Amino acid sequence: MSREEVFEKLNEVFRDVFDDEEITVSDATTADDIEEWDSLEHINLLAAVEQEFGMKFNMGQVVSMKNVGEMADIIMSKIG
Amino acid sequence: MQELEYPFDSEFILKKSKKLKKQLLESRTDFLTKKIAVLGGSTTHDIIRVLELFLLDQGIRPQFYESEYAQYWQDVMFDNPELVAFAPDLIYIHTSNRNVTSYPAVTEQAEQIDALLEEQYEHFRALWEKIADKYHCPVIQNNFEYPFYRVFGNQEAVYVQGRISFLNRLNEKFYQYAREHTGFYIHDINYQAAAYGLDKWADPFYWHMYKYAMCMQAIPAFAYSLSNIIKAVFGKNKKSLVLDLDNTLWGGIVGDDGVENLEIGQETSMGQVYAEFQRYLKAQKEIGVMLNINSKNEYENAVAGLEHPEGILKPDDFILIKANWEPKSKNIVEIASEMNVLPDSLVFVDDNPAEREIVAAQVPGVAVPAIGTPEQYIRVLDHAGFFEVTELSEDDRKRNEMYKANLERQRQQSSFGDYREYLRSLQMKGTIRPFEPMYMARIAQLTNKSNQFNLTTKRCTQSEIEQFAAAKDYLTRYGKLEDKFGDNGVVSVVIGRKDAAAGALHLDLWLMSCRVLKRDMEYAMMDSVVEACQACGIGTIYGYYYPTAKNGMVKEFYASLGFVKIREDEEGSSCWKFEIGEDYEKKNAVIEVEAVVAK
Repeated sequence: MSREEVFEKLNEVFRDVFDDEEITVSDATTADDIEEWDSLEHINLLAAVEQEFGMKFNMGQVVSMKNVGEMADIIMSKIG
Repeated sequence: MQELEYPFDSEFILKKSKKLKKQLLESRTDFLTKKIAVLGGSTTHDIIRVLELFLLDQGIRPQFYESEYAQYWQDVMFDNPELVAFAPDLIYIHTSNRNVTSYPAVTEQAEQIDALLEEQYEHFRALWEKIADKYHCPVIQNNFEYPFYRVFGNQEAVYVQGRISFLNRLNEKFYQYAREHTGFYIHDINYQAAAYGLDKWADPFYWHMYKYAMCMQAIPAFAYSLSNIIKAVFGKNKKSLVLDLDNTLWGGIVGDDGVENLEIGQETSMGQVYAEFQRYLKAQKEIGVMLNINSKNEYENAVAGLEHPEGILKPDDFILIKANWEPKSKNIVEIASEMNVLPDSLVFVDDNPAEREIVAAQVPGVAVPAIGTPEQYIRVLDHAGFFEVTELSEDDRKRNEMYKANLERQRQQSSFGDYREYLRSLQMKGTIRPFEPMYMARIAQLTNKSNQFNLTTKRCTQSEIEQFAAAKDYLTRYGKLEDKFGDNGVVSVVIGRKDAAAGALHLDLWLMSCRVLKRDMEYAMMDSVVEACQACGIGTIYGYYYPTAKNGMVKEFYASLGFVKIREDEEGSSCWKFEIGEDYEKKNAVIEVEAVVAK
């Protein structure tokens, strides 16, 4: 899966979870950029991302992840 | 909503919860609003998010109080003003094995462990007693699920030092408390965790990262199970199963294959599956679920199939057997009407998805579970929780008999030319008395279940009922009705608020079970209320009618008793007045009522 395809799927997940069709994420997107993205919604978001890509983040990755770009990197490393 | 019916797609629900909530809120307006306090020993945010969806789907619109993280004990014990002001209708205590503050040490002796057990139990017991004392509302308490590791391996439940042994003993104390206290319900998360798969459920990632007692993906199954207890407490259980026959209760088609070739009983694997399913249904009947048949068959063939010697269910186990060639949607409407229940209290069980779809489309409100293949029928019906047990009254156990006696009455009715003559032939005996301890559970149950013959649809918990019974300024009456066909149990409830200064009584609640419609029981209740008023110098009775989607049948009820309407607002709520004259004549002449001392 290319990085573009990963981002395309991530957009879908973000739109579903936050119920907002306007959302488009980029490498630099963080929780500050999406109003409803707080620490509690973060849990649900990660679970939805895991389901979409059929992979799981480990604790170390969740703790260190800084933005959507890093999220995409981890996803790409796991799904090969 | 189909997305929220068991078996559901948990991940879809988690992901789309915001959208689902919007759709649910737009789907209807007649929600029952309830205030639910969620007191957590771990994070509860997503539990509330998903629980809300399942409750909305059951027609309950919850308002939540959510304790701060792990403040479940402090909020209650130290009277958190926010919780006090919230005045919950129900309190749910979400604790797990992570909230047990001290487990036995490997080196401890049995006596020390007994003391430790007592200490852990007391922590919770004190909490429950405080709630009972302060809030008078139903309580739902999680039991403890098994831990995900075992120091003593397979002996973890054997050695008293083992955590499983400790939690089993603690759970048993919880259960004993539940047995001894009404309005206190266990949410069995130990079973939930087992059914889900403990290793996945207890994924330590979710505890250490987010302080969740279980993994995110388990939350929908968990919240669904919890919503079942809540909807049962608030009177939203289903009442009856409406069952297909061919390939639902047995393998094969009785009309084509003949009774002797049906798969039921111990001869074949498939026969065993159907026998187990029938045994499950028989047990449902024994806890008060009413069974009916809705099958495309010749009636004779249907009955012959049910008389199969290996079958567990017999024709006598059913209230109505509709076996004909009419559309099943038509039969199910008739079943509802003949039993005097609403279609939304029925569950239609049919192996054929096409039949299910017709019923779902034609008769809104009927639950139509996708029951899968025969070996899945029991799990789907069982986990769906249509008949979640909260109180099991004697009435529940006898319900099938009572409904059958009712049908017998209807049959006899048609042979009488004059209706009053028929009523007299029933030899009815009524007992109408102030609320008594023996019937408090049933009275509370009726206030939560009755929708049609219910003037104000005021829902009450058992502790509220007990408070009305004890209050001097309230008049309470329950009515029991017996006749030659059987005992109907408690069927009517009236609660009136006395205004001594004005010499008036305000009827806050008047309800009657539809199983005794047109038996003059309402007249007997009225006579009793009037008699009680006369005894304490009350001359005026005010009745109130608040319309709901379901109680249209009693819109003019007070007029039929001789009340005069004094006002009505735009929504159709009305207030009625009755002056008790010197010459009040008893309205009931067909039920023999025992005289009582008035309160």
